[in-house]
Amino acid sequence: MLTRRDFLQVAAAAAVITGPSDLARAAAGQKISQGNLLDFEPLGQVTLLNFTDIHAQLVPLYFREPSMNIGIGQVHGLPPHLTGKEFLSHFGLKAGTPEAYALTSEGFSELAKQYGRIGGLAHMATLIKAIRAERGDKVLLIDNGDTWQGSYTALATRGEDMVDAMNALGVDAMTAHWEFTYGAERVQELVEKLRFPFLCGNVIDTEWEEKVFESTAFFERGGVRIAVIGQAFPYTPVANPRWMFPQWSFGIREETVQENVDAARAAGADLVVLASHDGFDVDRKLASRVTGIDVVLTGHTHDAIPAVVKVKDTLLVASGSHGKFLTRLDLQVENKKIKDFRFRLIPVFSDAIRPDPDIAKVVAGIRAPHETELQRVLGKTESLLYRRGNFNGTFDDLICQAIIEERDVQIALSPGFRWGASLPPGADITVDDVFSQTALTYPAVYRNQMSGKFLYEIMEDVADNIFNPDPYYQQGGDMVRVGGMAYAIDVAKPMGQRISDMTLTATGEKIDPAKTYTVGGWASVNENTEGPAIYDLVSSYIQRKKTVQVQGNHNIKISGI
Amino acid sequence: MAHLSFKPGITRRRLLGVAGTGVASLAGAALTGGTARATPDDVQGEINKIVGGPAARVDNDKVKMKLPQIAENGRTVPVTVTVDSPQTDKDYVKRIHLLAEGNPVPVVAVFDLSPLSGKAEISARIRLAKTQNVVAAAEMNNGDVFIGKKSVKVTIGGCGG
Repeated sequence: MLTRRDFLQVAAAAAVITGPSDLARAAAGQKISQGNLLDFEPLGQVTLLNFTDIHAQLVPLYFREPSMNIGIGQVHGLPPHLTGKEFLSHFGLKAGTPEAYALTSEGFSELAKQYGRIGGLAHMATLIKAIRAERGDKVLLIDNGDTWQGSYTALATRGEDMVDAMNALGVDAMTAHWEFTYGAERVQELVEKLRFPFLCGNVIDTEWEEKVFESTAFFERGGVRIAVIGQAFPYTPVANPRWMFPQWSFGIREETVQENVDAARAAGADLVVLASHDGFDVDRKLASRVTGIDVVLTGHTHDAIPAVVKVKDTLLVASGSHGKFLTRLDLQVENKKIKDFRFRLIPVFSDAIRPDPDIAKVVAGIRAPHETELQRVLGKTESLLYRRGNFNGTFDDLICQAIIEERDVQIALSPGFRWGASLPPGADITVDDVFSQTALTYPAVYRNQMSGKFLYEIMEDVADNIFNPDPYYQQGGDMVRVGGMAYAIDVAKPMGQRISDMTLTATGEKIDPAKTYTVGGWASVNENTEGPAIYDLVSSYIQRKKTVQVQGNHNIKISGI
Repeated sequence: MAHLSFKPGITRRRLLGVAGTGVASLAGAALTGGTARATPDDVQGEINKIVGGPAARVDNDKVKMKLPQIAENGRTVPVTVTVDSPQTDKDYVKRIHLLAEGNPVPVVAVFDLSPLSGKAEISARIRLAKTQNVVAAAEMNNGDVFIGKKSVKVTIGGCGG
């Protein structure tokens, strides 16, 4: 199996660079070339290409991987629950290399100067087109969803920009999660515009329990009959506002997945692929219980894993997020089974790739009407700003502080989303950047009175969504971000015993269950939430501050890891 | 499709739709309501009454419970209970008791079945006050009782993604 060796070709080509940054950047540009990003010894009849969780990011950006991604119970210490040096040593990577920059948070700010931005749809398109040119009718391109949401232009066009872009890119099939937050009617309008199937086998209507979307699409590639089954995010009506699609019910629906796999096999499928938005740990469990799936293309939890994870006879692929990675899985299929495979997680290093002119034109066309606003500078950051990680990121700390000051509250709550780009120290903060953190369709920042008891219940509730030892009870986000309040958490404890020592940071007093506190927050799943939109609130806060600086967050004591 | 009739005491509002092959009745009407919650012990007490002693065993293969892991809407949670039984004159499930450990009253519904039911399967939509175990007790014609049990989370929601 060539998995690791293939991937390490890039690493071997790029020495650890320590010189001045522009020189190093030039060197990096030479060492990481479009050619060696595409290096791959082809195998078999089928090439699966996959990306996931692009979150409507059309242009290159910075994205720092998490420094903390705790695995609970049986998955402790297994990928994707490895970060930093542990990740590097597990996959045999060296610090300071392009791979270390792409896959971990180690030395991120420094390496960002050397290796630059990642992603961008036109850059991704160059890689896809080159592989299509090489492999012809063997290629199948799957998008695991979270594609239509997460940017200024996606919000302005209510997802349509991404539908146009994905049609132009020639995606073969997709599944969904945040797509649903445009509401049922809009989703159906956009699905009509798609030139490829929108697959969600686990979505049924609440009244008659009939399926709402197609579950399975069949393709013939390299003489192999491939069934692609779509699995939408199972907890969309729990994690996002159910009132936006009240007639649709989701769920893991293991039995339905099995039925769809069996039906696909009965219809003559040689290869069964699940395009899933379950999240990695959920899919790892699913693959151990459902039989007959050859490949699970996982999404939702934004994990980038440089090797295939094998569960029984099923291969699991995790392609990262934000357009940062394209994965290629070549398959030799014999007698309806995978005989051999070869895999590579390809980092989309924007500086090393010539953007594809056709897709570049599509992207420019989408952004042109909004370009002045997108590039409007609101302020500057002296600190690295990022969100991703189990607990508060620096961008979240900035957002929480903005809510505390703009809404005049004691405590701010900010959702533990995994989407949102990063900004290196010294960067301008533009409107585009603020929307990359906040662009959603339920943006109101509420200002409520909450009892200490209710606050505690929220914290315990969210903690159990992340740290429940049974993956089927995990929703795949990160811990709710908190401003104005310190707390301790023991992730290994059961629900109701994880959170303690909740304290108001302003005064140091303990949170009293019987007292009420003023709390501000955004992305409430309740209908008719009132308040200013989070992107406007954060924009005006940054404009007022001009320069922002975020110190590390020392308000959370974590144990039980 | 077998006959479906309701014993006195059931209201449509409290049991949002009952399908399947059983005769359903809403029990527990005599129990006190209010804010008090049932406990696992209360549910065990109900099961002991059915069995006549604490002999029933949990067998999630014999009594399959189909419920969401996390409820999308705690006010109407779909549940299907399927008991592995030939449902013949000699060997059949005669009653399925549906219980909730954390609701104000533990007994949600009782379904009467017979060999004429064809298969031992019931579906309903139930209301769950909070995260709890939902329990199904299948009473066989020979007096054996098998228990199915599954935990359903009822969460505050939000913050995912």
